[in-house]
Amino acid sequence: MTSRIILFILGFITWSLLNWALDWQHIFIGVIVSAFVAYMTGDFFVKRTHLFTHPMRYLWFLYYVPVFLWECLKANIDVAYRVIHPDLPIHPGIVKVKTSLKSEVAITFLANSITLTPGTLTVDVDQGNGYLYIHWIEVKHKDIEKATKDIVEKFEKILKRIFEE
Amino acid sequence: MINIVGFVFIAVGLFFDFVGCLGLVRLPDVYNRLQASTKCITLGTCSILFGAFLIQGATASGIKALLCMLFLILTSPVSAHALARGAHRSGVKLWEKSVIDRYEEDRQKQ
Amino acid sequence: MKKNRTRYIIGAIFILTIFGIILFYPLEILFYQDLPYTGFLKRAFFILLFSCVLCLYRIAKGPTAADRAVTLDMLGILIVGFCVITGISTGRSWYIDIAIAWALQSFIATLALAKFLEGKALDD
Repeated sequence: MTSRIILFILGFITWSLLNWALDWQHIFIGVIVSAFVAYMTGDFFVKRTHLFTHPMRYLWFLYYVPVFLWECLKANIDVAYRVIHPDLPIHPGIVKVKTSLKSEVAITFLANSITLTPGTLTVDVDQGNGYLYIHWIEVKHKDIEKATKDIVEKFEKILKRIFEE
Repeated sequence: MINIVGFVFIAVGLFFDFVGCLGLVRLPDVYNRLQASTKCITLGTCSILFGAFLIQGATASGIKALLCMLFLILTSPVSAHALARGAHRSGVKLWEKSVIDRYEEDRQKQ
Repeated sequence: MKKNRTRYIIGAIFILTIFGIILFYPLEILFYQDLPYTGFLKRAFFILLFSCVLCLYRIAKGPTAADRAVTLDMLGILIVGFCVITGISTGRSWYIDIAIAWALQSFIATLALAKFLEGKALDD
């Protein structure tokens, strides 16, 4: 039931942003449509609804956004340098890193952040053992611990406070 | 004034889009191409959308541009991940000068 | 090594020539039709078009099916940029609706292509 209410609120916010008109007709149709969608598909949306009640998690999420955008910008300049350079300075390879995150949402966010940060791309996820396979355009370390320290740690600390504990 | 800032954002986005397509042509194998093109083209198009938001202000289409930016940032890494996984499973080899392939080793073991 | 350097220089001269034509040539003479773009946005449109031509080269040449799938995904994202630039230039707000719908639809199409590459059925 809580999951359905959360989905209703999020759907209604998205509808209002898409229309951007305070009209009673728009709001009426929006309420009907988001109630229908929430009733039909609400059970699958969030499993652990108690996450939405802690205000600290929202603050950590607000801290996560600028960190992510800064890494994203660095990644773009890095890739542009590699592509324009005449000798193509790349040493690619697929390495394996370990993560201590457990829940599905946290691992999804971790994989997406890794894909948009400098020189790395998630290829596959082994959720049972907590391993991620990562294509790295400039392999610096081949063993698991050092690669983990280089790639995963800066996001893992923040994501653990947002989605776990 | 704010129009000029918006046009600067659009110009930066065009540069990154072009570099992404150049990487798609120059780099040697599927995974490297996926790296360059996903990062550069996603951020380039997001920059164009943000420029559109700055030019149009908080009107209906400006807010829609922001929402479209959010959708792109959420969806494009997922599609890159699915394509890389599909390519590796369908047997596309890495570039011959690659350093290491742990994923192939682990799949051989199973 | 020497051969690679020669190819790099030829490619750089080619690309810089095309950029020079796009940025400094008065395109109204070359394309005199009524395009709905003015000034900077017309230049932006042609730069995006040139990026799409590079993508088409990869689609024609790409040795495996995965290359073509990647390029199709990227073309989908570039078309969002086209829609936004046209929307700014003509002042019609529904172009951005097309951009949102295209982004979502291209995401789903790419997921289906990836599943197909992996060799599974769609409901797996």
